[in-house]
Amino acid sequence: MTPELTARGLGVRLDGRTVLAEVGLTVPGGSWLGIVGPNGAGKSTLLKAMLGLLPHTGEVLVGGRSVRRLRPRERARLIAYAPQAPSLPTDMTVGEYALLGRTPYIAYLGRESRTDREVTGSVLARLDLDGFADRPLGHLSGGERQRVVLARALAQQAPILILDEPTTALDLGHQQQALDLLDRLRLTDGLTVLTTLHDLSLAGQYADSLLLLADGRAVAAGTPGQVLTEELITRHFGARVRVSGGPGRPVVHLTRASP
Amino acid sequence: MNWPRLGALAAGFALLIACMAAGILVGAAGLDPKGVLLALLDRLPFVSVDSGLAVVEEGVLFQLRVPRVLLAALVGGLLAVAGAGYQGVFRNPLADPYLLGAGAGAGLTVTLVIVAVGDTVAVPVAAFAGAVGGVFLAYALGSAAGRGSGTANLVLAGVAVSSFLAAIQTFVQQLKVDQLARVYSWILGDVGGGWPQLAMVAPYAAVSAVALLAHGRLLDVLSVGEEEASGLGLPAARVRFAVLLAASLATASAVAVSGLIAFVGIVVPHVVRRLAGWSYRIVLPLSLLGGAAFLVLADLVARTVLAPAELPIGVVTAFVGAPFFVTVLRMTRRVDT
Repeated sequence: MTPELTARGLGVRLDGRTVLAEVGLTVPGGSWLGIVGPNGAGKSTLLKAMLGLLPHTGEVLVGGRSVRRLRPRERARLIAYAPQAPSLPTDMTVGEYALLGRTPYIAYLGRESRTDREVTGSVLARLDLDGFADRPLGHLSGGERQRVVLARALAQQAPILILDEPTTALDLGHQQQALDLLDRLRLTDGLTVLTTLHDLSLAGQYADSLLLLADGRAVAAGTPGQVLTEELITRHFGARVRVSGGPGRPVVHLTRASP
Repeated sequence: MNWPRLGALAAGFALLIACMAAGILVGAAGLDPKGVLLALLDRLPFVSVDSGLAVVEEGVLFQLRVPRVLLAALVGGLLAVAGAGYQGVFRNPLADPYLLGAGAGAGLTVTLVIVAVGDTVAVPVAAFAGAVGGVFLAYALGSAAGRGSGTANLVLAGVAVSSFLAAIQTFVQQLKVDQLARVYSWILGDVGGGWPQLAMVAPYAAVSAVALLAHGRLLDVLSVGEEEASGLGLPAARVRFAVLLAASLATASAVAVSGLIAFVGIVVPHVVRRLAGWSYRIVLPLSLLGGAAFLVLADLVARTVLAPAELPIGVVTAFVGAPFFVTVLRMTRRVDT
């Protein structure tokens, strides 16, 4: 059974400035929550705080257990994380990079076991990357890189995936491929997914529910239809938009200013 | 450990043995190479052969050359493996063993000892204490400046501590100009300390080298950055502390018996990386072997090129190292842009 991911009263202060205040959210086991919001709203900060990578107030719970009380290795077996701009050492091969996902299963001074290599190998095969295992990361295209980062996260075999902007720097086709893949994986494996997404229409298409962050606060939450309204978007993004596609899976269009 | 890595290690080992053999066979005294080999064989357990060397020649071999080659190997290996460790923690290929104040700390304490009581047995102890003290100061300052995370603070603290300690050292030198030559001769390096110094640092050298070699995989994980490594469940702060502690101990051990030999700690890991790849699982052990081989060779040049006079070993390593360093700088800049 996939655990539920919950945050209560999450707050972050960086250099004396409040970046996140009183944010609460719940991602039911096996569902996908998308976090949307304008630049600087605190989306990435929220994800890092949920992982315990930033000092924060409030509480994060995985299946009712406090993340703060977990040891780093235990936490990494429950939550896999891919940052917005992952560091990809150019000379490291795809296989070696994906194998890093097994870190939480290896003792401090231990080394990778046969199981670790097998799990990594099957993840690479699943993402159609098995032919790439010996290729250096520096020789990959944007879409391949995205899949390799996902492979590392999946090699962690964690029931919860936290991904920061998984479609950054991808063209239209690759954005769709990346999110389709994520959707398929989470449905077959029953993964709980939390992502930030800057593209509102994509967020509306894929996520089960959305949370709108603005100035470090949660200003709206609910189904895509409840969050992606012309009124909310205009107020918090300062954009002129038209929303179509009905209340289920809304699509957001930018409209031109009348000359 | 896969086959290419084992092959690389075997090659590194063979190189070290060859360099050490050259270091023992060649020297100003002009010992008969065959006699040297026989004398070495004679020292093996259950082997007894007549080397044909005179008692004085045997003395030169076993009291001067052999310990000198061993000390050069030890110091070179320690500096190179420490440099590789620092580079792994700071994720910066230009980090070197003296970055965190070990060099400046040792420089100051040794200057003080030479000025106060002269060139005595206290010098290695002072050098060790100064190196450890310098790093401790930088670490304390760097941790206090931020929340204890982030390596940039630490590097800046190291630069500040180094400049501060070097300023005091310069001031003391100015007061006692008559001791200048002795201070400089220490700084430029010497691996002629013999068996006593070898025995003195061997335990520290062994502990620090083993600790560094054990952290290869962890430094590989750290190569994606501290934040991501933490996300993968790595106790990043603990790894950083352990590697810095071991590398600083290695540096202090080397500095205690050899002075401030430059460039070994930065040049050797670079060459290793170019030849054997990025992984610290191979960079660390090959740096240990390569650093040892390089310094044995440098010492051989230092004591033969102007024989019977000797060049300071630090001059030889810098003479090779400085042009190489510039080349590396140019290459990294090309990659970055």
